Amino acid sequence: MTTAQKTIEDLANREYKYGFFTDVEADTVAPGLDEDVIRLISAKKEEPEWLLEWRLKAYRAWLGMTEPTWHNVHYPPIDYQAISYYSAPKKKPVLNSLDEVDPEVRSTFAKLGIPLEEQKLLAGVAVDAVFDSVSVATTFRVKLASLGIIFCSFSEAVREHPDLVREYLGSVVPYSDNFFAALNAAVFSDGSFAYIPKGVRCPMELSTYFRINAMNTGQFERTLIVAAEGASVSYLEGCTAPMRDENQLHAAVVELVAMDDATIKYSTIQNWYPGDKDGKGGIYNFVTKRGKCQGRNSKITWTQVETGSAITWKYPSCLLIGDNSVGEFYSVATTNGRQQADTGTKMIHIGRNTKSTIVSKGISAGHGQNTYRGLVRVGKKAQGARNYSQCDSLLIGDKCGAHTFPYLDIKNTSAKVEHEASTSKIGEDQIFYCRQRGLSTEDAVNLIVSGFCKEVFRELPMEFAVEAQKLLSVSLEGSVG
Amino acid sequence: MTQLVEKVIGTEPYLADVNRVRPDGPVWLRKTRARALARFSDLGFPTTREEDWRFTSVAPIVQRPFRLAPADPAGVAAADLAPALFGDEGVVRLVFVNGRYAAALSDVSGLPPGVEVGDLGAALASRPEAVEQHLTRLAGCAQAFTALNTAFLEGGALVVVPAGVVVEQAIHLLFVSAPGNGPTVSHPRVLVVAGENSQVRVVESYAGVGDGEYFTNAVTEVVAGPNAVVDHYKVQREQAGGFHVGSLHVALARSANVTSCAIALGAALSRNDIVAVLGGEGAECTLNGLYLVDGTRLVDTHTTIDHTQPHCDSHEVYKGILSGRGQGVFNGKIIVRPDAQKTDAKQTNRALLLSDEAQINTKPQLEIFADDVKCTHGAAVGQLDDDAIFYLRSRGLDLAQARTLLIQAFAGDILGRIRIEPLRERLEAEMLKQLPGNGTV
Amino acid sequence: MLEITDLKVQAAGNEILHGLNLSVKAGEVHAIMGPNGSGKSTLARALSGHPEYQVTAGAVRYLGEDLLAMAPEDRARAGVFMAFQYPVEIAGVNNSYFLKAALNALRKHRGEPELDAMEFMTLVREKAKLLELDASMLNRPVNEGFSGGEKKRNEIFHMAVLEPKLAILDETDSGLDIDALKIVAHGVNALRSPDRAIIVVTHYQRLLNYIVPDFVHVLSDGRIVKSGGKELALELEDKGYGWLEGEPTGAKA
Repeated sequence: MTTAQKTIEDLANREYKYGFFTDVEADTVAPGLDEDVIRLISAKKEEPEWLLEWRLKAYRAWLGMTEPTWHNVHYPPIDYQAISYYSAPKKKPVLNSLDEVDPEVRSTFAKLGIPLEEQKLLAGVAVDAVFDSVSVATTFRVKLASLGIIFCSFSEAVREHPDLVREYLGSVVPYSDNFFAALNAAVFSDGSFAYIPKGVRCPMELSTYFRINAMNTGQFERTLIVAAEGASVSYLEGCTAPMRDENQLHAAVVELVAMDDATIKYSTIQNWYPGDKDGKGGIYNFVTKRGKCQGRNSKITWTQVETGSAITWKYPSCLLIGDNSVGEFYSVATTNGRQQADTGTKMIHIGRNTKSTIVSKGISAGHGQNTYRGLVRVGKKAQGARNYSQCDSLLIGDKCGAHTFPYLDIKNTSAKVEHEASTSKIGEDQIFYCRQRGLSTEDAVNLIVSGFCKEVFRELPMEFAVEAQKLLSVSLEGSVG
Repeated sequence: MTQLVEKVIGTEPYLADVNRVRPDGPVWLRKTRARALARFSDLGFPTTREEDWRFTSVAPIVQRPFRLAPADPAGVAAADLAPALFGDEGVVRLVFVNGRYAAALSDVSGLPPGVEVGDLGAALASRPEAVEQHLTRLAGCAQAFTALNTAFLEGGALVVVPAGVVVEQAIHLLFVSAPGNGPTVSHPRVLVVAGENSQVRVVESYAGVGDGEYFTNAVTEVVAGPNAVVDHYKVQREQAGGFHVGSLHVALARSANVTSCAIALGAALSRNDIVAVLGGEGAECTLNGLYLVDGTRLVDTHTTIDHTQPHCDSHEVYKGILSGRGQGVFNGKIIVRPDAQKTDAKQTNRALLLSDEAQINTKPQLEIFADDVKCTHGAAVGQLDDDAIFYLRSRGLDLAQARTLLIQAFAGDILGRIRIEPLRERLEAEMLKQLPGNGTV
Repeated sequence: MLEITDLKVQAAGNEILHGLNLSVKAGEVHAIMGPNGSGKSTLARALSGHPEYQVTAGAVRYLGEDLLAMAPEDRARAGVFMAFQYPVEIAGVNNSYFLKAALNALRKHRGEPELDAMEFMTLVREKAKLLELDASMLNRPVNEGFSGGEKKRNEIFHMAVLEPKLAILDETDSGLDIDALKIVAHGVNALRSPDRAIIVVTHYQRLLNYIVPDFVHVLSDGRIVKSGGKELALELEDKGYGWLEGEPTGAKA
């Protein structure tokens, strides 16, 4: 076997680095879903009546919907009655300071290489850690509050800022939007809420680390970020999950609202457990992410590095309603082993002179299947709309696949739409070329992959970019030596 | 049934005129012509029901009774050629009037020994066997217009560069149409054979004199031997009453390097087909193009790059500037055969729409049968950048100047790749003249 | 510097070199000529350690070391450079960044301090001038979107920066027009030095008008069938390779 082949085999056989289980006693609702379960969730969270009604409407809508099948991913049927829809750590810590966080939880973060204190001290990142669906730590509240910024768990926002939540909840992703969004609306457990008031630039990156932990617990986060006129915010979301034999469902919803001149940058690193090399276990990640550029000159940027999950199904999208608004989507998706990813974006141009940019990089290794699915729609009134799309696929080995489905729907002749696509293979010749210039095989693979992803990495906040690069190296290098 | 009837329409004048072709010539040529004629007669003119002609109706050609142009038209003088010429020094020039060689207007002095540049008709008479090896071999007669050209084949331009020879001078083949009283047709033919490790630059240009209606139906074949370097240009500057249908067929042997740049500035309707077959390992083919359409003109380009061997590169950039009710068609096909591993093919196609009624139909077509290849295609259709115009105006340029500057920049990308300097300068000036001017569009 | 003894090499199960002998001393320029399929490129690739070429017999000593026992990157670090016949593209990786990584890997191996960005850029600008490289080619991804001619010039540029002891040029002239050929040859000539050896693999004599070799070897059917001075190349150009078939000299005899 040649070195390059060996490299490729190693990549395909790599182990999930972040697989471990944290032993925290959890308060878990028995599996199954009906209106009573929803009432129970709502009651446990002490929610107002209107929210319960909203959940029930979503549930009833969901009952009438069927799971989508148009995507290019394959998985055994999900038994929605076998899932437990609520789980919270029993020992509810008092949220005064980081020191009071459960030591187990903190060591979990330490294993991930993301200790809260260190981040707090070194990076100045405020972290709202969602651990098994309930927030256990919130930091930098004081500083943010002094600027009028609200950054808290979703449950807390429901309690403290019900009018804001009520105004924007479901305004971008209605409860009836799609099968998984409806499910989320019915049973969402917790998530993050951020509100940046008029004219305020959030002075630090807002960050949330998600982690699936307790056995058989679906995770249904709901995130809502609103940037008022002239506000700007950068939000980081990163996830890893422990090794698990049962497939786990993750159906999150993220809604972003940007008013006049507001900017929201939403960056994700997704590294849920991908399953073993035969495809056993692994997270099913069905996510609905959508941003609404409501105001003039508003801008929403989605950046994602998707390395995990058995199945990734997500299309972070932008509704470009305000004139001159801008939507951007930068994505790196890797699939290895038996992973499948069907991801992309929708850019819906409604306002005049709206612009969108799509840069998608798919890396397939092992038996991984990677699909880019994107829609650029330019409405009748979107005079002067512009889109640039670039979809590149990189194949490692010959058992993986890359698929590209760019859809264009242009109803205004003044639109300027550009599309570029490429498919290439990281081959022995590239690796040999690097080695002939004196580089090791490992450095060669690293160089080639990071070169391929460069346009996306440079969109990530600095410390996240470093982490992403590291993650990709771990994901793809395996034990090359 | 209706389709059959429609196809046959329009072929009669051609079938009637074919007996005006000199009946002599080598036996193989006579047979080839007869086969081509039969083929043309069978096929008839294409209709928009055929995928390759979906957006281009040749009805304007079919409806006009084009008769074979007179062999020896009076009134084409050296002065008439001036607009089509470029550079004085280091250019070898062959002029063809209505497809026939005009020795008096030509200058073939100063070529390196062994290089043959001249009248194909003469070569067919003097050493037919050498020509037979290549002529019609690449073009075939699958397409009606090509078959029609071959049916009328009796002369044209021949360029033969022996192995190892580097020709410094550019070779200019100028085809001038001088219509008579009614609509006339000519069938220019070019054969370029570049031997192993040789190097040559060939410019084909097409122009017309007078206001009459005419039809140019051209076919060019370029054979590039191993490691040969061929730099080819086609400049189409037909008159407003001209119709131009042309095809270029290129074969590249191992490590051959062929660049062909097509500039289309004229004709009421023009269609250019390019077929390049990369038939040897390590061959490199570059196809560039720029077209301008205004009024109700139409320019249609169909290219096919066929990768049959490993390690071949192809680069293709086509750009169009469309105004008025002009129409552009671009169809770029790239075929990567199963043996063509390590292919690197890149195709870019851009169109600039300067008016609401201008129209472009563009289609990249990738057919890939090998797994270790890199194929990239990009298409962009757009208008001038309003922000850029505003920026230029804020710096003091008026609207017309700002637009012209941006259009020039758009076209400059292609013109800048022309490696014969006087030709490039000539075309830059020509294009500027022809740009939809002064903010009227 | 390089001592090749009875080298047999196969690719995809077919033996291509059937016992090749060649001795190259520092300061010499050797041209390896021969028809397509004679094994010229196989020799170049085997010397640089290409994984698709297996050495089945023979020995290669390089500066007293067993070259064949070394991994490709170790050969590179020891000063063996190959200019590829088909240079490889690496998307997104800046040409000068790549070269800096390569140069520093070499320097680290030699126990020299790594060059910082400033020192490196000074070196690179000087070498780029030699090959008439446009500054933009330094910042573009390695070989991506380069024309054939640019790729070949970039190979010699890499060579100029990495300053190998033994450079093997694998058909660097193929597909080049005459102007590009002159630039490449000029770059190579500037790198000729008493402590550097260069092996030029080529199909055509034209390159050797510009890079004048000390020795010319003709490869036919996996063996060197004739060796001589630079005049041998001219003879080949005149007569083609056909006349060698019956030649009773060299290993074939």
